[in-house]
Amino acid sequence: MGKRRNDIIMLGFSLVLFALLQGAISAKLIGSFWTLNLTLIGINIILAVSLNLINGYTGQFSLGHAGFMAVGAYVGVVLTTNFHVPFIIALLAGGAAAGVLGCLIGLPTLRLRGDYLAIATLGLGEIIRIVIMNIEYVGGAAGFKGIPHHTNFAWVFFVMLFTLFFIKNFVNSAHGRACIAIRENEIAAEAMGVNTTKYKVTAFTLGAAFAGVAGGLFAHCFYLISPNSFTFMQSFNYLIMVVLGGLGSITGSIAGAFFVTFISAALANWPEFRMIIFALMLILLMFYRPQGLFGYIELTNFKIFDKIFRRKEARQ
Amino acid sequence: MSGELLRATNVSQVFGGLKAVSDFNFYINKGELVGLIGPNGAGKTTAFNLFTGVYTPTEGEIIFGGKSIVGLKPYQITERGIARTFQNIRLFSELSVIDNVKIAYHSRVKCGLFESVFRLGRYFAEEKKIADEGRKLLKIFKLEDKINETAKNLPYGAQRRLEIARALATKPKLLLLDEPAAGMNPQETNELMEMIRWIRDEFSLTILLIEHDMSLVMGICQRIYVLEYGAVIATGTPTEIQNNPDVIKAYLGTEE
Amino acid sequence: MDFSQQFFQQMINGISLGSIYALIALGYTMIYGIIKLINFAHGDIYMVGAYIGFFAITQAQIHIFPAILISMVVTGILGILVERLAYKPLRHAPRISVLITAIGVSFFLEYTSMYFVSPTPRTFPAMLGGVSIHVGELVINGQQLTILGVTILLMAILTYVVQKTKIGKAMRAASFDTETAELMGVNADRVISFTFCIGSALAAAAGVMVGMYYNSIDPLMGIMPGLKAFVAAVLGGIGILPGAVVGGLILGIIEALVSGFISSTFRDAAAFAILILVLLIKPSGIFGKNTREKV
Repeated sequence: MGKRRNDIIMLGFSLVLFALLQGAISAKLIGSFWTLNLTLIGINIILAVSLNLINGYTGQFSLGHAGFMAVGAYVGVVLTTNFHVPFIIALLAGGAAAGVLGCLIGLPTLRLRGDYLAIATLGLGEIIRIVIMNIEYVGGAAGFKGIPHHTNFAWVFFVMLFTLFFIKNFVNSAHGRACIAIRENEIAAEAMGVNTTKYKVTAFTLGAAFAGVAGGLFAHCFYLISPNSFTFMQSFNYLIMVVLGGLGSITGSIAGAFFVTFISAALANWPEFRMIIFALMLILLMFYRPQGLFGYIELTNFKIFDKIFRRKEARQ
Repeated sequence: MSGELLRATNVSQVFGGLKAVSDFNFYINKGELVGLIGPNGAGKTTAFNLFTGVYTPTEGEIIFGGKSIVGLKPYQITERGIARTFQNIRLFSELSVIDNVKIAYHSRVKCGLFESVFRLGRYFAEEKKIADEGRKLLKIFKLEDKINETAKNLPYGAQRRLEIARALATKPKLLLLDEPAAGMNPQETNELMEMIRWIRDEFSLTILLIEHDMSLVMGICQRIYVLEYGAVIATGTPTEIQNNPDVIKAYLGTEE
Repeated sequence: MDFSQQFFQQMINGISLGSIYALIALGYTMIYGIIKLINFAHGDIYMVGAYIGFFAITQAQIHIFPAILISMVVTGILGILVERLAYKPLRHAPRISVLITAIGVSFFLEYTSMYFVSPTPRTFPAMLGGVSIHVGELVINGQQLTILGVTILLMAILTYVVQKTKIGKAMRAASFDTETAELMGVNADRVISFTFCIGSALAAAAGVMVGMYYNSIDPLMGIMPGLKAFVAAVLGGIGILPGAVVGGLILGIIEALVSGFISSTFRDAAAFAILILVLLIKPSGIFGKNTREKV
């Protein structure tokens, strides 16, 4: 039962980390700019890890994540602003809507492979955005105004924690193994009894649903959201996070989301430099370390915990 | 251990006007070890792809265990009990040896998505069972000390053995081996022959294999089908095949 | 104007726009044909071409046609450089790695340009405004005439190069089967460089003409036309030169009709919808043949 013990240890660490950060925020040791960025890091971790489930673990190259995020964001803000629905319900509804849409889109498109799928999902993400832009009810191109400021660091942290827990356990189960098998060799996966269509759509749906929840969290950070917050450039942003960290590593996605958000905030006044740095990193990474900084490695894989415990057990 | 396991009747497969397989008639009985031989491009692998649902035949019927399998997806056919290996090895190359085998247990996993994610009920027991059975299987194929090695780092012969182990993990009734001895030296081929015979008896399997190595085919197969240009030109016991003038012609050219 | 006149006017606009897409799509399709890469940076090459044309016209005070030529030469060299530096080291890498690199190159071109020329759009000097042809109430203006003329000329040259010259034959051989072509003595590296050069030069011509047509250029102008040209290439059948031209024209016409008769906000959505429909119904495009993966 080593895995469950690791879960408890990681949960403990997370809670300590949360207490420290929340304490620092409450004591105003972290200013409002960095508090917002800390919140954004959490949201971006959800987006990066959920994109990684599709792109990294299942090997289906999607570039439409911002579209699903937009669906979650708009469903969420309509529910909280116009119908005064509790925040948690709005988040879940946003996630569900994005998930359903992900499933509907995934079923026909996931037949496509590699670069074709990439460009088709990019197009679908843009179509979602353009459709939203043409819905007067949600403010059209001008955006949706008067959103209640529900999102805070605590919300983001715990939703992020749940996402990490969910996706980590998913990829380590038989279902996750089926997804990874598709990435490794689709024909062999099918020959080993994996219903590849089902698992591709499952991964795509789950990824889209978490992106929707993240969209809801994102929207409630601000007074206004507009369709321009969800262009495919946003999808590229999450792709950079996932690729930097490693396609197929949750730890990598966390590090990637942290790094990209941090650099973006630090270089907020020099936007060109920020993008030039990311561009060069992508290119150099593909040359020298295409598996990303973490490859398939997870922090929890390190045998440190096991060793410590085994020593204790041996002594008893 | 008798009776028919698989029968193909008048199966044809056309790719854009080209007949890869035409009027293919074939049967294999339970417990039999049958070989499929023929020159390159004769349609042997196409036959495998038809049996495993990778292709749906343009015409004809394929019956497995008394039921038609035409139009089923490959994973459904695997669930019914046909497993295969690939001519050009198709392992999950970035994964460990044990994970390669674990994936093959997929059809028999009962834990739902919710149970798996929240690790409830039978999750841990089921994972343990899969890991234990996988390990047992790898031991048979002398891969037990390489359990955590990445599949792509295995030597060639070990990769071929892992492919067979992985196929067996799906618990098949019929095992299709596509050139299992390709790239092996004579000693490895001999060991492989022994192993194929042994697994057939141990797992009460029916085996169909494609092979170019005639010593292997003639050594272990009870019956042989010879394909040329997508059609069966001869069938019979190894001795009959060796003396069949059509086969000699197909292999050695038209000159007598 | 009544309906039919408006229709024909939109057709003229659509053919002009479509010619631009066709020129960019040719580069996409040639590059895809040879190294199976969706060169995400191709739209940005077109942007660089527009800027070179802009500076040639405003700084060196030269006419549009020599400006197009200069831009084609410089951008052609840029294309070779991009291929040599970014894609060549990944010749045998997985396709997704190369695709990610292409996205990186795209960002690099966009934002280094932005650094040097500032993100503010530049106003392209008005040119050829006086010339126009009137057919009834329909108007084909000077810019549209230039676009059509230059496009037809460039396509004629391209056809000649691909069909008749030695390097063109090598290109066709390499896109059919690179390995066999290499065995037959085709220098694949040279052919790939040449392909990038030609593709980039065509995109540059399109860039300068779009600057002239819309009077405005900016460092991110290449993203959308780049994606749409890819749609055009897929529509016509990727890897097939006449397919890129036909795909570009169809896409341009559809876009003009959508913005003329429905709403210009749906213009981009129409292009992507076409892409998805083509990919789902006939991924090999109008002129393509279906192929299947070998098991």
